[in-house]
Amino acid sequence: MSISPSESHASEAPAEPKGGVVLGNPASKLDLSRPPILEVDNLQMYFPVRNSGLIRRTVGYVQAVDGVSFQVPAGGSLGLVGESGCGKSTTGRLITRLYKPTAGRIDFDGRNIANYSASQLMPLRREIQMIFQDPATSLNPRHTVGAIVGAPLLIHKVIPKKQVLNRVQELLEVVGLNPEHYNRYPHEFSGGQRQRIGIARALTLQPKLLVADEPVSALDVSIQAQVINLLQDLQREFDIAFLFIAHDLAIVRHFCPEIAVMYLGKIVEISDRETLYNRPNHPYTQALLSAVPDVKQAAIGGRRERIRLEGDVPSPVNPPSGCRFRTRCPIAKEICAKVEPPLLQIGKRHKVACHFAGELGNHPTAPITAGMLGVDDQGNHDPGASPSKDIGNSPGFSDFWFDLKTRTMAKS
Amino acid sequence: MTSFLSVRDLVVHFPTIDGVVKATEGLSYDLERGKTLGIVGESGSGKSVSSAAILGLHRGTNAKVSGEILLEDVDLLTLSDEEMRLRRGRDVAMIFQDPLSAMHPYYTIGNQIAEAYRVHNDVSRKAAKARAVEMLDRVGIPQPDRRVNDYPHQFSGGMRQRAMIAMGLINDPGLLIADEPTTALDVTVQAQILDLLQDLQREFNSAIIIITHDLGVVAEMADDVLVMYAGRAVEFGPCKEILTHPEMPYTWGLLSSVPDVKGDTDARLIPIKGNPPSLLNLPPGCAFEPRCTHSDKVPGNLCRTEVPDLLPGNRGGVHTKRCHLANSDTIYQREILPEIAPELVEDPS
Repeated sequence: MSISPSESHASEAPAEPKGGVVLGNPASKLDLSRPPILEVDNLQMYFPVRNSGLIRRTVGYVQAVDGVSFQVPAGGSLGLVGESGCGKSTTGRLITRLYKPTAGRIDFDGRNIANYSASQLMPLRREIQMIFQDPATSLNPRHTVGAIVGAPLLIHKVIPKKQVLNRVQELLEVVGLNPEHYNRYPHEFSGGQRQRIGIARALTLQPKLLVADEPVSALDVSIQAQVINLLQDLQREFDIAFLFIAHDLAIVRHFCPEIAVMYLGKIVEISDRETLYNRPNHPYTQALLSAVPDVKQAAIGGRRERIRLEGDVPSPVNPPSGCRFRTRCPIAKEICAKVEPPLLQIGKRHKVACHFAGELGNHPTAPITAGMLGVDDQGNHDPGASPSKDIGNSPGFSDFWFDLKTRTMAKS
Repeated sequence: MTSFLSVRDLVVHFPTIDGVVKATEGLSYDLERGKTLGIVGESGSGKSVSSAAILGLHRGTNAKVSGEILLEDVDLLTLSDEEMRLRRGRDVAMIFQDPLSAMHPYYTIGNQIAEAYRVHNDVSRKAAKARAVEMLDRVGIPQPDRRVNDYPHQFSGGMRQRAMIAMGLINDPGLLIADEPTTALDVTVQAQILDLLQDLQREFNSAIIIITHDLGVVAEMADDVLVMYAGRAVEFGPCKEILTHPEMPYTWGLLSSVPDVKGDTDARLIPIKGNPPSLLNLPPGCAFEPRCTHSDKVPGNLCRTEVPDLLPGNRGGVHTKRCHLANSDTIYQREILPEIAPELVEDPS
């Protein structure tokens, strides 16, 4: 695979696809035939909280990520959404191994990289790269663009030094910048152009997986679309898998065929985008979607009823017992405080972690999970029940799932 | 009797070594009590600068402000600094985007809210604090009598924004300017804050100017919408009218470049090409012309040579636009709308 200039453009005009053809992005479709390039299993990240005394004893842990499992298919995209503090960025940093996880597996291309040492990680950096949120602070202001984009080539000694400049210019062209601007400094570029520099740097080593942490939220709306289109073009051209982290639900939906919703360090619902946005089953997803202001809805008249969530996200140092969302949940019952709901597969590509999973206004009155967890409807231990093991622990989807209507196992 | 707030030909220029930055040029609008005006635009479009002028925040800087800002028929620009100081916070208040940097980290929340009250009312510290507690309760802070003694860092983002709103509304101002009040917040908290602002507006019958780049927020909040580009108003009209019959290509661009939570995911986003112009060196014609894809529909070189006036659009009424395009509503309904929201296309029959 070689990166070749594919677009002609002026310095200010950002790249558009060849001939201005408006294409749907094949990678935005779910391709079940591709194997997962990344499989995360029960990933945990606890940051110690130390007291401020002379002996800095650990007094607790920030449970930033607590048992997260998912898969990203090769060349595909998984979206990770949630509010600030839900652990989505920490998850991204764990996968790029900027942090060492407390527990769990990160299987990248068949290798568990969770416990790799620094020297083992070095070659891995060529395959997993990251795009950061704020291009102003993630580019060294004292380095030229050429130095920034070329640094990975020099560090990894991919090509002879003499060819680095050529390659940098190719890359700048690929992301829609003027290749003659390689000797300029980041401050000479606008916000959208700086984000393109960050993208060029991430592309330099032709990674297989890109972790994009809020890649457009620092940009103006008119520029956001340019960058999103660029990322989609690059994904299609170079077959890059994306872990796309964002809080903007509309953008995630546009980019990713499969989306996981996180709340307080856990995935509460994961599904293909049609199901997640049209028939969300978790009350948090429902509230999140109802809170998004909708231009078109308002244009045709009438304001939607919002589901009001009271209060703020609880502290991850001391998360609520049982279901972590129960303190703000409009349908929480006794069992929610006692037993944690498993991430239960309820459809072909749909998992949800709620005792009362159901479509909006159609939540069941009795917990669907009581039987399999070995508890009664109030969440007390039921000696007569036989709990099933390992519910919702696997990263992928199974061929069998729990059908909410019939309350039995179903198969496609 | 003119409107409650009437801005006429507002100009804000910043002289710099490199030249004059024309941050706002000839901006005019009216706003009544109990109504909300949404000002939309990108960073650097002059939306914040023009609103800061209402509060007199450019006094003491080298900015050149001219025009008229009539609040209940008093021109705020002609007031002395002392007279303006007395009105600031009492008649006009502002809520800033980032409540963490807008609050003093060294003073308790209660202290800062009470100070805003004591500046305009001759009351004891105790009475002012009681009033602060009352306001915190009103904006939905739990246990206000305890939280009033907290410092800003002890509040979450949403609570800090609530405290900012409490501070802004403590003197019951007729006009509240909210500068990106929810941009730093999560969607569920954003929904709470927008609800709160609407409730309080009903209660106090205040006029609100909400500055945002998020058309969704405008769609939910505003009665009237003002779209700004490169320091000028480019489109103005009732909210629903602007969202369903926009007539300025820049507004079309804003509408078509954001994905929505229901749209077709195979469709490509249609970005506005290029970047906003430098305010130091604006194009001689329409400031949006270099990025506009419809200027070829205007005869001659008009778009490149002449700045269009803000004139009533095709549909008449109070909807105005700054664009040379003659039949822009037709172009929007025929060319743009089918691309971005085919389900909304009206049948011509």
